[in-house]
Amino acid sequence: MQWETVIGLEVHTQLATKSKIFSGASIAYGADPNTQACIIDLGFPGVLPVLNEAVVDMALIFGLAINAEIGPRSVFARKNYFYPDLPKGYQISQFELPIVGKGSLTIDLEDGSQKVIGITRAHLEEDAGKSLHEDFHGMSGIDLNRTGTPLLEIVSEPDMRSIKEAVAYARKIHQLVVYLGICDGNMQEGSFRVDANLSIRPFGQDAFGTRTELKNLNSFRFMERALNFELERQIDLLEGGGKVVQETRLYDADRDETRSMRSKEEANDYRYFPDPDLLPVEINDQQLQRARQNMPELPDQKRQRFESDYSLSSADALMLTQSRHQADFFEKVVSSGGDAKMAANWVTVELTGALNKAGIALSQSPVTPEQVGGLLERIADNTLSGKLAKQVFEAMWNGEGDADKVIEAKGLKQITDSGQIETIIDEIIANNPKQVEQFRAGKDKLLGFFVGQVMKQTQGKANPGQVNKILLGKLKG
Amino acid sequence: MMHSKSIVELGAGLQTGEFSSVELTRHFLQRIERLDKDLNALISTTPEQALAEAESADQAIKAGQAGPLTGIPIVQKDIFCTRGVKTSCGSKMLDNFISPYDATVVEKLKHAGVVSLGKANMDEFAMGSSNETSFYGPVHNPWDKGRVPGGSSGGSATAVAARLAVAATGTDTGGSIRQPAAFCGITGLKPTYGRISRFGMIAFASSLDQAGPMTRDAADAALMLQAMAGFDPKDSTCANQPVPDYSATLSDPLEGLKIGLPREYFGEGLDPAVAASVEAAIDHYKRLGAEVIDISLPNSGLAVPTYYVVAPAECSSNLSRFDGVRFGYRCQQPKDLEDLYKRSRGEGFGAEVKRRIMIGTYALSAGYYDAYYLKAQKTRHLISDDFKQAFKTVDVIMGPTTPTPAFGLGEKVNDPVTMYLNDIYTIATNLAGLPGVSIPVEPVNGLPVGLQIIGNYFTEAKLLNVAHRFQQETEWHRLTPELESVASD
Repeated sequence: MQWETVIGLEVHTQLATKSKIFSGASIAYGADPNTQACIIDLGFPGVLPVLNEAVVDMALIFGLAINAEIGPRSVFARKNYFYPDLPKGYQISQFELPIVGKGSLTIDLEDGSQKVIGITRAHLEEDAGKSLHEDFHGMSGIDLNRTGTPLLEIVSEPDMRSIKEAVAYARKIHQLVVYLGICDGNMQEGSFRVDANLSIRPFGQDAFGTRTELKNLNSFRFMERALNFELERQIDLLEGGGKVVQETRLYDADRDETRSMRSKEEANDYRYFPDPDLLPVEINDQQLQRARQNMPELPDQKRQRFESDYSLSSADALMLTQSRHQADFFEKVVSSGGDAKMAANWVTVELTGALNKAGIALSQSPVTPEQVGGLLERIADNTLSGKLAKQVFEAMWNGEGDADKVIEAKGLKQITDSGQIETIIDEIIANNPKQVEQFRAGKDKLLGFFVGQVMKQTQGKANPGQVNKILLGKLKG
Repeated sequence: MMHSKSIVELGAGLQTGEFSSVELTRHFLQRIERLDKDLNALISTTPEQALAEAESADQAIKAGQAGPLTGIPIVQKDIFCTRGVKTSCGSKMLDNFISPYDATVVEKLKHAGVVSLGKANMDEFAMGSSNETSFYGPVHNPWDKGRVPGGSSGGSATAVAARLAVAATGTDTGGSIRQPAAFCGITGLKPTYGRISRFGMIAFASSLDQAGPMTRDAADAALMLQAMAGFDPKDSTCANQPVPDYSATLSDPLEGLKIGLPREYFGEGLDPAVAASVEAAIDHYKRLGAEVIDISLPNSGLAVPTYYVVAPAECSSNLSRFDGVRFGYRCQQPKDLEDLYKRSRGEGFGAEVKRRIMIGTYALSAGYYDAYYLKAQKTRHLISDDFKQAFKTVDVIMGPTTPTPAFGLGEKVNDPVTMYLNDIYTIATNLAGLPGVSIPVEPVNGLPVGLQIIGNYFTEAKLLNVAHRFQQETEWHRLTPELESVASD
């Protein structure tokens, strides 16, 4: 049987605010347990939530970026269930009237084609705390620092038909929220979490199969592995005459498997109802206008602009716009004197290679975009050959200063004086009569030997084009 | 006798140096010590704190920095969080709870210079109409100790009526200020929803709960409300509306005042003696120049059923935080998480609270939500619309606060539906969010009777004016229960 995969994703993005969604406590990561939980987060008797207005603006920017329907009014609702890391016994979320309605996102597939993925909704909610089951000798510890951290939960339609599409969609959402500046995208710290719903059905069948929900997919790599495992598990089940049970499954990265967490029967009746402690959020035109003004250029727009303004190939433009930071870096290189094509190459190859080798992020790069721009200028005006430029770059990386300073200090300036090059070549020809004879007898490969001799004499500084031209002229002449 | 004076009268005595706040505070603390064993109006007293507050009040008075409430001894309903003091909400669940913070109401009253004598008894989590659901035992009505004081602010009402404090704070979700005020013969005001911050007031039903003053008379209520009302950024449902000077308009004439009498409030179930007493008071208003108009609030019959869906639904969620994990009662030796939840809540909550949690949980459950919660939201709108219509033609609405005077202890406690019907005239105003005040009128067989005056949104000043004009010409609010055979002071 040929099976078709159907996947829908729920992405929890932690909004990049300073304080919590309903209290003034900090949301900074990594503090000692329970040091960033105030009486409101702790759900003390008598406390009340007050909405952090910043989250509304962030949600609106996201809504505009996916061309979503944004209603004039959205409502916070209580999702009721008991758990020790949920202090109030309910989570404040949104149910019937989410802040962001139907929208869509276009993803790029490996074969160069595109696909539109529907987004059902995106709603604001507070995060729960953390239960720590180790180190407490048969008991559990509760850390409520994360309680009340603002989340935007982005729910897709079940529009993805392969694991590759699902990963591409998740990456695209990740790219978008980081671009928009509403999420730091840090998956290790849990700022971007993905839950996946996966089902399969025979090709050609309209009705969806029974789905399972996968949780704890905290990297794109794990997500891909978990989905692969789950897909195989479902196929094996159905082909073995079994049935898929609707349930929530947890991915265990250490064992590379998913296992049942709770079945549909064990699922809570959340008893959603509008939270009487919070007023409905009214969205007016002014707020939308402000969100539009604050909207940065989106990845797809930027990519098109790079292709048209800088005459970059679509592959280069796509690569450069992967992250907003990299795209900004590139534009700064260009504005400080670099040729666009060369800049694209240097940013995506040389700089990225060096960063990867050092294991650091672009934001930590020891070389500034202005320095790269200065370097490219020296290549363009023939001061440096490609090879010399790499040496200069290495020196800049090591903190030896701008390109001009390095060139000066190391004497790396390219020799472009034809007379000077000719003198050196004449000398080499005179000193190697045997090789000259062989070359002239047809051993063309020896050209490399002569070039090598020139470069050796000039410590690689002679302009390679000129060297070739003069050498050929003299040898053949 | 200092204890028989109102805030206004005591304020004058403090200003002229006739007595100090420390003397006044000692006097009330002694009365509590002597009389409260039989009344059980207070859950805790805080004499040291009270005397310290009284001392600083005396200094403020000396320094000429006193306001009208400076040095006035009051009690706080034990639903308000008070820093460093047990805040039990009348429940075993919070018997060990010392609040780490002050409610906004408490903070504001402290700022106004009041002296807090202690925390008043109440129905558990404000759920009850007789004060019999308190973990700390029932409160006795000072007019007849075999009768209930009403609830849920029964301790507050009794403390004021028995002159254990000059004034008290209360909260009103379905009548919990007005009904005990009526049963105990005092003045109780439930302001417009959102007039007073709910921050630090332990939630029962968030969309209905409202704090208010419980006092001897309307003039005192005006002073208390002045201190309690106002916008609070910590409560999103608190109204950002200017607070008028409530005392300034107390004596305004009532000529031309249009009083609406809803026929639904004078029908079946109303004790004829109570009706007569209320009608006599309304006649008095006619003499003051008011015009009386018969009106109808056709959806009045929906108020009790609507309330008993909305309030339990909200409470079932509000009370989920009492889970034995972070504060409050925790059962002994839980064997696992589920056991911890079940026994902590099963042992920590009383029967009425559990009943309402179960009703509310049911009303919000999948498959029942539309039939109960959603429908109740719709009938709630109908009830509000009735009032909206009525206030197009009248300025205030009057009627009895309760169908009968105070009933006997134990009489209704095992019959919840009969108990719920006691709030039949007060509940609709909470559902609509309107202000209402209960003032004492002529007693029936020695038991106080309350006249309820309902106003449009944010017309507390008008309600207090209407109440005060009546009190200027009548003595019902001055009646004091006989508590000691030999007057010791």
